[in-house]
Amino acid sequence: MDILNEYGDQLFAAFLTTLQLTMLSALGSLLLGTMLTAMRVSPVWALRTLATGYVNIVRNTPLTLVVLFASFGLAQQLGITLADPKSPTSITDSSFRLAVLAFSLYTATFVSEALRAGVNTVPLGQSEAARSLGLGFLQGLRYIVLPQAFRAVIAPLGSILIALTKNTTVASVIGVAEAALLMKEMIENTSALIVVGLIFGAGFMCLTIPTGAAFGHLSKKFEVKR
Amino acid sequence: MKLKFLAAPAAALLLAGSVAGCSGASAKSKTVEASAQNGHLTIGISFDRPGLGIKSPDGTFKGFDVDVARYVASKLGVQESSITWKEATPAQRESLIQNGQVDYVVNTYSINDARKEKVAFAGPYFLAGQSLLVRADNTDITGPESLNGGKKLCSVTGSTPAQNIKKNYSKDAQLQEYDTPSACVEALKSGAVDAMTTDDIQLAGYAAANPGKVKLVGKTFSKENYGIGLKKDDTSGRAKINDAIQSMIDDGSWAKAFQSNIGPSGYALPAKPVIDRY
Repeated sequence: MDILNEYGDQLFAAFLTTLQLTMLSALGSLLLGTMLTAMRVSPVWALRTLATGYVNIVRNTPLTLVVLFASFGLAQQLGITLADPKSPTSITDSSFRLAVLAFSLYTATFVSEALRAGVNTVPLGQSEAARSLGLGFLQGLRYIVLPQAFRAVIAPLGSILIALTKNTTVASVIGVAEAALLMKEMIENTSALIVVGLIFGAGFMCLTIPTGAAFGHLSKKFEVKR
Repeated sequence: MKLKFLAAPAAALLLAGSVAGCSGASAKSKTVEASAQNGHLTIGISFDRPGLGIKSPDGTFKGFDVDVARYVASKLGVQESSITWKEATPAQRESLIQNGQVDYVVNTYSINDARKEKVAFAGPYFLAGQSLLVRADNTDITGPESLNGGKKLCSVTGSTPAQNIKKNYSKDAQLQEYDTPSACVEALKSGAVDAMTTDDIQLAGYAAANPGKVKLVGKTFSKENYGIGLKKDDTSGRAKINDAIQSMIDDGSWAKAFQSNIGPSGYALPAKPVIDRY
């Protein structure tokens, strides 16, 4: 209990950063993932190949490597820091934004795969009907196919969000002050490996179990009855 | 049905609890002396710190910590060929010792009160202090105070030096944390950060491994006493290891080990430690 008293405020701040990382990356990966799916089902060969290549390469790369690449490759070698290098908080800002970028790039591949499975649940007749109404490819995708596809994959998207929440712990390798970084600090100071581990395990369950429940509920509610 | 949500975390907690229980049961295993009498020791070191404990591509181990560990083992009557080296990362050190997975740990292990509650310390075998490493051509960073003005400092995630800088010096300096010290060295060499901090002997190890590229500056601004960690209740083992360290200092092997591993950095031989037989 002493540990909780001593680190209460820091725990709150660290989990807030975890939550921010998760939310921003979820948004980024949803946008990019939807775009990738559109490319993969598009009639243009080049777009399909590009998206397939991207998904297969990034999805099979360890996340730690993607995050390290953002910090070492982009920021240090190429000088792309995503923050004003003169600002007094440039390192903190830059690390956080690079982490969001890395998580978005990585998670987008999983969102894209889930969504592509969703597109496959939409009967072919739907897009044929859309075409016969005079809708183009993008219009058909936007008004007919994607809405149904999203409703079919709410539950898997929830799983991806849960995985993303836990994956944000990798950001500590480039020094983003989220939960896993505080965990290392607490273990260093208190040597109470098991107690600290349980605290953080419980913290993550507080974030992920409601997510799973909410997405389960939503997937039932918005299910397309066929 | 509602209870289903509660069942999952409860099961996980039970599982974690039972794992903890198991590790507690095996903690009452052998002492250092008992292992040594069986002719075999398992020693925790680091595998990736130049100058202190590093695993060479050919599978041998080099460094000051390794030499100390070897000397102590030989005093306990164990040949080098009967030593199993095990990587002991900072976060794992206490549990490796408590679970009996290693006999003792020699890995830049600072003696402090929180750790003394979990393990016993022989030594100290080295007196280190926090310092700064900068690029060889840098002239404007001379100590922790000159980091003000938005200088970029690198340190290992969650480590004591990082916390010390955050608390006492970084009012105006920026702190970049990386998982491993070698990442900081790379960032320093590439110019992404201006300085890196940890204990002077570790920095000297990096300076020795990167001649002409990086250098140590300023005085040390903390005191770290490196000890050899072993099981908390192993009093006679601690006394034996203390004797071994004392004899290593007295017969000159201590200074020799320091010179051959850290000497090339130009870092002067520090004062000999006085063993604390608490």
